[in-house]
Amino acid sequence: MPLIVARLGLALLGLLLIVPASYAAKIEQVVSPGGIKAWLVEDHAVPVIALNFAFGGGAAQDPAGKPGVANMLSALLDEGAGNLDSEAFQARLDALSLSFNFDAGRDQFYGSVKTLAENRDEAFAMLALSLQSPRFDKEPVERIRAQIESRVKRSSTDPDTVAMLAMCASAYPNHPYGQPVDGTEASVAAISVDDLKAYRDRIFARDNLKIAIVGAIDAKTAGALIDKTFGPLAARAERTPVPDVAPKMANLDIDMPNPQTIIRFGGPGIPRHDPDFMTAYVVNHILGGGTFSSRLYEEVREKRGLAYTISSTLVPLESSSAFAGGTATRADRADETVGIIKSEVARLAKDGPTAEELAKAKSYLIGSYALRFDSSMKIARQILGIQIDGLPIDYVEKRNAIIANVTLDDARRVAKRFLANGTDMIVRVGPVPKSGPEEAVQAEATVPLVKHL
Amino acid sequence: MQVVVVPDHRAPIVTSMVWYRIGAADDPIGKSGIAHFLEHLMFKGTAKHPAGEFSSKVSEGGGAENAFTTNDATAFYQTIGKDQLGTVMAFEADRMEGLVLTDAVVLPERDVILEERRMRIDNDPGALLAEAMDAALFQNHHYGIPTIGWEHEMAGLTREDALAQYQRYYTPNNAILVIAGDVTPDEVRRQADVTFGRVPRRSEPGPRQRAKEPPPIAERTVTLHDERVTQPSLSRSYLAPSYPNAAPGEAEALDILADVLGRGPTSRLYRSLVIEQGIANSASAYYSGDGLDYGRFGIFAVPRGDVSLDRLGAAIDAAITDIRDHGITQDELDRAKKRTRAAAIYAQDSQATLARIVGTVMVNGQSLADVQEWPSRIDHVSVADVSAAARKYLDKRRSVTGSLLPAPAENRS
Repeated sequence: MPLIVARLGLALLGLLLIVPASYAAKIEQVVSPGGIKAWLVEDHAVPVIALNFAFGGGAAQDPAGKPGVANMLSALLDEGAGNLDSEAFQARLDALSLSFNFDAGRDQFYGSVKTLAENRDEAFAMLALSLQSPRFDKEPVERIRAQIESRVKRSSTDPDTVAMLAMCASAYPNHPYGQPVDGTEASVAAISVDDLKAYRDRIFARDNLKIAIVGAIDAKTAGALIDKTFGPLAARAERTPVPDVAPKMANLDIDMPNPQTIIRFGGPGIPRHDPDFMTAYVVNHILGGGTFSSRLYEEVREKRGLAYTISSTLVPLESSSAFAGGTATRADRADETVGIIKSEVARLAKDGPTAEELAKAKSYLIGSYALRFDSSMKIARQILGIQIDGLPIDYVEKRNAIIANVTLDDARRVAKRFLANGTDMIVRVGPVPKSGPEEAVQAEATVPLVKHL
Repeated sequence: MQVVVVPDHRAPIVTSMVWYRIGAADDPIGKSGIAHFLEHLMFKGTAKHPAGEFSSKVSEGGGAENAFTTNDATAFYQTIGKDQLGTVMAFEADRMEGLVLTDAVVLPERDVILEERRMRIDNDPGALLAEAMDAALFQNHHYGIPTIGWEHEMAGLTREDALAQYQRYYTPNNAILVIAGDVTPDEVRRQADVTFGRVPRRSEPGPRQRAKEPPPIAERTVTLHDERVTQPSLSRSYLAPSYPNAAPGEAEALDILADVLGRGPTSRLYRSLVIEQGIANSASAYYSGDGLDYGRFGIFAVPRGDVSLDRLGAAIDAAITDIRDHGITQDELDRAKKRTRAAAIYAQDSQATLARIVGTVMVNGQSLADVQEWPSRIDHVSVADVSAAARKYLDKRRSVTGSLLPAPAENRS
């Protein structure tokens, strides 16, 4: 789609040719004069600055019974602040060629700003305004509410979203992780401006904040701008404790009129801080990681042509950990596909990977790490994530050694540990044959009715 | 074989892309999907390297790889540590001449592309409507046939179809190599000489001449009712020229027009329909000028609450009539130019993006120099140019309007 971007980028190739070979991902910790910490990679190759930050809490801090507050807030921070109403604020962002993005995750409220170096000070000033004094005028609030309601309504018949929401709701009953991040049609309709303000007041705080900056900016300038932007926020967040919980296992079948059946599978996972986490990460790569050579890819796609894509992943949340995967296949071969997934997960749990598989997986994971650092935006995301995970600033240098040290015995032991129950949960969304002994229930808008099998 | 090098020395990584001048719009009648099917089959191994060996090599080196098919081209790429460049070029050159296909690999892969179609298109009523709109917009040109193919034709594609396509089009004189990353033109030339340089030319694909569109005279409307639709939407496409064939400055003016009319929350459509009138949840416009033969100017809007698509369509028509009758302001033009300049700087941040840009342009027969002059051509676009483009191309007779609606009440189960 971005043809304009494409053509202009090309036009500047001449300029790229004279850029010196100066890139080095050296991460330094900056402590602002006001005492706020940030990680910085100073790099002047491209005259751009990427700022990524996160407030701990995310959608898990939505008020009880009102999912969707953090998400709605994330859509309203660039819709008017200070003395700029929505129109004036957007016009200013446009005039500065600024890109603002806010996003509510399960455990974090994320923000990112991309600016040309020449507009640096104005960019931070605009961010300061949006974080410190969002306006929540009636027109943008109602407009954004209508947009979210429309999306929630649309996704109620999107089989992927239905499967994902059903899995969360079933795995985490009576827990924030079981609620949809976007909210429900009912909850979004009920969110008030006071709810949005209360969330901001509780969560946007200095002790709850991680910051990553990458690009054409030095430490001293960054420190001063960080103070202006984040300094006036509350010193301490008031987070509601989120109980630690293990995902609950169940099988669900949801009837929807699609040509394919969406299959999601999963089980308990391994926490990020667990010493076995990286070993599990390697094992998962062998089972269903993101290349053309995983066991599931080989068995489901290459040998049998049952699906276009299949993958699995570890889901290390702050208060729970899970393992999950998914695929989409012809409805009449869904049973066969589920059978293969189950037997592959069980086989890996029982025997572990082969020495050759382990060596190849390690080689890929070590070699590909550098690809996560090949643009300013990607570097900023990486070094924010490392802070959120509570890892040290030299983690980037140590990470490949951790992978290299995974032994075959480790891999076998950990495969057993987290895959033994790796398919205890199976969710299927698609046409259910009407001849069965019991008919599955037709999915309804937003809260699918499901049958526990 | 043309070779283009885009140096980017920020990280010790290279992206290597091979582009073939063969796309879905070249699929023979009755064999829609063959270009895309062959793209998949190119991963099935050669006489020298059995299936999976190339992918294993890339994966062990920590590289990323994939391929894609458009209406005009098929491309294969790897992003990998620079010390691996020679290896991936050797593998890529090998599969340009040594592909081996048996029914044992072809038939399961045909099931894979059928699943891919179900996943991308059939699961999504919006995608089904877009297919129906393309089929109506292009009355003669093959852009009206889906890139992935029609299901009933995909199901009949064979090993022989794929091999015929391969022998005719996968020859070095029909390919372009783009290398972006931490590498010099001399190094690339040296590696290319001992890899692609040794692949003999197998055919002369000849000039790319496809059936042209007759003058569009009839406004068309397409409606899809589907029980899965909970949120109606309205789309419109206008037949437009593309960069390779537009009159000088015309495609640039269409880019500016799309920007002013419908890119982002400060654009005319968003301000008028979403904010001021409050009748839409979203409203946007785009110009797609990448195609070899034609471009497309598009509009998309989602109504707010129970606003009807008729009312939404009338408001879109009013915005278009206004821009046709009164053009844009100098201030709007200046802001659009500024946005494009910023986008260009942001684009420099990704080496894979740069490789893709170069390939997209070169594969359609344009030159690097052509494109390097693009910013100055955009700078020369005037208010009058944009008005002229709006009057000429935002003409309903050139358009298809698509409505996506829930199933009629009587058909609901």
